[in-house]
Amino acid sequence: MSTPTRFTPSPGTQDPPRPKSAPASASRPAHRSWRRALRRDWQLYSLVVLPLLFFLVFRYLPMLGNVIAFRRFEPGGSIFGEEWVGLRYVEMFLTDPTFWQVFRNTLWLGGLTLVFCFPIPIILALLLNEVRRRSLKRFVQSVSYLPHFLSIVIVAGITMQMLATDGPVNHILGWFGHDPIRFIQEPEWFRTIYVGSEIWQTAGWGTILYLAALTTIDEDLYEAARIDGANRWQQIWHVTLPGIRPTMITLLILNIGTFMAVGFEKVLLLYNPLTYPTADVISTYVYRAGVESNSFSYAAAIGLFEAIIGLVLITSANTLSRRTVGTSLW
Amino acid sequence: MVKPSRSYRVFQGVNGVILTLVVVVTLYPFVNIIARSFSGEREIRAGEVTLWPKGFNLTTYKIVLQDSMFWRNYGNTVLYTVVATAVAMGLTTCYAYVLSKKHLKGRTALVGIAVFTMFFTGGLIPNYVLITSLGLKNSVWAIALPNAISVFNLLVMKAFFENLPTELEEAAQIDGLSTYGILLRIVLPLSKAVVATMVLFYSVSFWNSWFSAFLYMDSSDLMPVTVYLRNLIQGATGGSNAGAGTEQLSQVGANIQAVAIILTALPIVCVYPFVQRYFVSGVMLGAVKG
Repeated sequence: MSTPTRFTPSPGTQDPPRPKSAPASASRPAHRSWRRALRRDWQLYSLVVLPLLFFLVFRYLPMLGNVIAFRRFEPGGSIFGEEWVGLRYVEMFLTDPTFWQVFRNTLWLGGLTLVFCFPIPIILALLLNEVRRRSLKRFVQSVSYLPHFLSIVIVAGITMQMLATDGPVNHILGWFGHDPIRFIQEPEWFRTIYVGSEIWQTAGWGTILYLAALTTIDEDLYEAARIDGANRWQQIWHVTLPGIRPTMITLLILNIGTFMAVGFEKVLLLYNPLTYPTADVISTYVYRAGVESNSFSYAAAIGLFEAIIGLVLITSANTLSRRTVGTSLW
Repeated sequence: MVKPSRSYRVFQGVNGVILTLVVVVTLYPFVNIIARSFSGEREIRAGEVTLWPKGFNLTTYKIVLQDSMFWRNYGNTVLYTVVATAVAMGLTTCYAYVLSKKHLKGRTALVGIAVFTMFFTGGLIPNYVLITSLGLKNSVWAIALPNAISVFNLLVMKAFFENLPTELEEAAQIDGLSTYGILLRIVLPLSKAVVATMVLFYSVSFWNSWFSAFLYMDSSDLMPVTVYLRNLIQGATGGSNAGAGTEQLSQVGANIQAVAIILTALPIVCVYPFVQRYFVSGVMLGAVKG
């Protein structure tokens, strides 16, 4: 995360640190200094060959592979497709009512996730921060981190067991004389279930970065606030919250960046044809259209659309944040 | 120190209650699933199982543990995790070490190549087409290679290497050790903590993963145990055909999901208390240094 802050002016464009060779290189053409760097550091460069190959083949090649969104593709043929068809597939999905349904569902799930899963870890971290007994704090932390380490399949399984007609949730509803609800089959429950299980799995782990930021707040600030007559609430408002603001903003930008990519795997595990009206999102529609129905170009066009929106979202969130509050990822 | 105000003491009380609730809500599902997995069919169907097993019954455990497919899939999980973690550690260590060399020409570009992939990816379909056309389907490489470098882990490791004292490496260089020698004999022995953390990060994520296998493996023989569990919770009948009678079948139907959840989660839950702090420190390192 936030490496880009490490994008310090690179030594690569400047003279190498060895002083004896520095004066000579400054006036030389670029390829000379490359040749010298290669001669000196060829062993280091040789170590990046395989990792670079990984990035090129498994990250950048698929990016280029998105051209099949504009080309006719035949399974078994070239991964870049056979011939140009222009915007045929884009027009196809823009006029496809299912696309607009999954688009709406994606915005709903992404929005709800942002509204609930972003602030809850902050609140939980603030509450944990007020606990005076270290052992108690440790215990709550350890317990609340646990779901993060479980496979999403296990989380989906647990969710379904809790909501089964003979499960605990319906058991509690029974106390109030309510008939059992078939939660997993009812479209109107899907969003609640999705966001609820997301909170269950991520809220605890999400506190880590905030707790780390909280420990870096200078104790003197609290001292000064107390001398000025601030009570505990005012201290939280005027010292604690500003202290974790950079962390909050960084995570908010990252959350906005993943807005469109709402938990694909979790939806795939939790949804079923009965809940498609609310549960089906762009990524699951892409999966069904492409992998299950073999409409690769059509699915790739939708996938590309989603990825571009994601990139636009994170870039604008980042720019907005840099202009307004001066915190940014890059 | 001023005595805490009355409202603050009330807050402390409320806070304790809220955090207790957090613990209960987090743990209760596990307790309930464990109770279900040991309970009898009639009690489960009647919705009577809450905290303790009712109508104690081990039939489902016996049937799942006798299912050869369950064990084969568990074996696959171990194999995929070991291979994929080994590949990932090799590639990530090499790249992170090179990126930590501040004098290296082209370093910014190398960092940029990695970081850009955090924000833009090819997407499901081009990846699927690529893996298929490379002929990687139905092999461990379809799982190991496309996920070989996690950029987050890469940045954590790079930050750690950057903070190592440079004197030792310089001395080793003067003694005539090659770059490879320095990495293997000087840097890695000094980096046991971060290497252990990275191995944990990668192995837990490969252990837990299911979608790559689900996507790229065609036969159930090749699936990891997470897909075995997935097929059970999706209602596809799994496992329970090993000569079971009708009575057994209905018992199995009632709690096979709970049993499979327990058996799949068990290894992670068992090692969790011992490795948790490595995860926390790893994330901190990535965040603070990143």
